[in-house]
Amino acid sequence: MEFNNNLPIYIQIMNLIKSKMVLGEFNGGDKLPSVREFSKELKVNPNTIQRGYQELEREGLVFTQRGMGTFVTQDVDAIKNLKKKMADELIDGFFKEIKKLGIEIDEIKKIISERIEEDKE
Amino acid sequence: MKNIVEIKDLTKKYFNKKALDNITLNIEEGKVVGILGPNGSGKTTLIKILTGLLRQTSGEAFIDEQKVGVYTKSIVSYLPDRNFLYKWMTIEDAFNLFKDFYSDFDENKFEEILNFMELEKSVKIETLSKGMHEKLNLTLVLSRNAKLYILDEPIAGVDPVARDQILDAIINNYNDKSSMLITTHLVRDMENMLEDVVFLKDGNIVLTGNAESLREEKGKQIDDIYKEVFSQ
Repeated sequence: MEFNNNLPIYIQIMNLIKSKMVLGEFNGGDKLPSVREFSKELKVNPNTIQRGYQELEREGLVFTQRGMGTFVTQDVDAIKNLKKKMADELIDGFFKEIKKLGIEIDEIKKIISERIEEDKE
Repeated sequence: MKNIVEIKDLTKKYFNKKALDNITLNIEEGKVVGILGPNGSGKTTLIKILTGLLRQTSGEAFIDEQKVGVYTKSIVSYLPDRNFLYKWMTIEDAFNLFKDFYSDFDENKFEEILNFMELEKSVKIETLSKGMHEKLNLTLVLSRNAKLYILDEPIAGVDPVARDQILDAIINNYNDKSSMLITTHLVRDMENMLEDVVFLKDGNIVLTGNAESLREEKGKQIDDIYKEVFSQ
């Protein structure tokens, strides 16, 4: 994995795991890779991985069982909310950028509808 | 947390030129710390003082609360930025040399890392490529159960495959009981492994801190901060 945007690495790791949750690659109750395994795989300092896991736990998306590891939450709503939140963030970013191009809201609507039609084909 | 390294007002002059100019720096135990700077910034001078190969002009350097000397040498495992093995040796000879020389040398660890690096014991050192040489040197250095590992430019000039093996070996052998001090100017390749970074410019510390906090604060990766600091 390339870490190339401007966010701290632990946040990029959280985002990676979040997208795997939303996509169902990690399901409720699944065990996350151990800090060590993940650290080796991503070539990232283990303490950075640890911090990412801790923050995910604080957000209620994973839980830790002593001596067993870190697991994905079994709360289906939490994953659903996460998906909604991630979609909102993308859309926020989209609006922010497209407004910079000076495109009015009606025009944006038109572009999106056209795009949706294209994708259907 | 305890400091494994404490440096106070350290200055090193070569005649009139100050290679290190009144540096003060603490390194916490259990951390992987990167000393970043271009060639000639004072990285190697600093490391040579910590390993007892050079004497400072003024100031103090402590490792594990002791002045640099016999004790600190016994707990520091050092990877120099040049080759330190004789050409006529085989890898086996180098292994025996280290085993005899360092009481904290772990034979099993050596076998394990050597295997990971895909090196054969019977091979002569003069036949090794630059990448293989660097892999062997690192294998020897990481096979010691040291309190502090000092790695001077561990990936300089090696090909991408060897570089990945070297980075993996460093991660695999890092544990929170030991500390690592790594110098590099190849920031992009190393930055994700570093917890704290120290930017050294013309013998001065111009920026230091936790890598993640700096990314957060500046909204940039360490490599970009590096370019900003050193292009001025």
